[in-house]
Amino acid sequence: MGKPLIGFLCGLLFAFGLGVGQMTDPTRVIGFLDFFGNWDPTLMFVMGGAIAVYLPVWYILRGRKAFIGGKIIPKKLASQIDWRLFAGAGLFGVGWAIAGICPGPGIVLLARAHVDFIVFVGCMVAGMLLYSFALKPKQAKS
Amino acid sequence: MDWETWGLAAVGGLMIGAAAASLLALTGKTAGISGIVDGVARGEKSEFTWKLAFLLGLIAGGIGLLFTLPENVAEQGLRSLPVMAAAGLLVGVGTRMGGGCTSGHGVCGIGRLNVRSLVGTITFIVVGTLTVVAARMIGDV
Repeated sequence: MGKPLIGFLCGLLFAFGLGVGQMTDPTRVIGFLDFFGNWDPTLMFVMGGAIAVYLPVWYILRGRKAFIGGKIIPKKLASQIDWRLFAGAGLFGVGWAIAGICPGPGIVLLARAHVDFIVFVGCMVAGMLLYSFALKPKQAKS
Repeated sequence: MDWETWGLAAVGGLMIGAAAASLLALTGKTAGISGIVDGVARGEKSEFTWKLAFLLGLIAGGIGLLFTLPENVAEQGLRSLPVMAAAGLLVGVGTRMGGGCTSGHGVCGIGRLNVRSLVGTITFIVVGTLTVVAARMIGDV
């Protein structure tokens, strides 16, 4: 029961953080990307705040065992920088800028039960499955 | 824009950081939302339960926000339905090909001083900025 409960509570807190930081408002997100127009730095403060907590916690705990399950908290993540990183991040950047929604806020916005968000998330999931089953190289593991 | 909005944004960020850091400390898992959605969609066996629970937590949080901060939660999308669909598809393919999104690369990756994640984050922010410029030149999408 431990891990699912922790997952649920972390998801809950994550969603409230997105809401308080107004990342559930696509105009804020597009405003951040509107660097040459009416720039809105809100997203920068949200991301900065999140990293400000995450980085020291990771730094202290890296290489130690997680409290539940004993998984070692990784020191390093996959570090290869290849064309897939640029192409993938680029495609994501285009979709993100058009809708003003990334995966986290997309899921949170499902709470509205509005067709716009249901279609967005449905197509996002379809895109993920399309990549996983049709486009991903067989030997790559992620 | 005012300091109150930015201060609240930073508080929201601290909450996101606390959620992601708690998940890391307690379970050793990374709070990358695109990876979590992908794992659930593929029915990934060993990781399925906590990932599904995390997504249910996100939706429950969204319902909670409708009662506490409804003005912060968009009522509908900004674009027409076909454009929302195309954007969703791009976000889905792109986040899996690039191995992460705003949370996985932007928060957890940069938060682990990972150069790959920093490069990914800069890439999607730069491309996103150019997309906003392009959308304005074409006229509203």
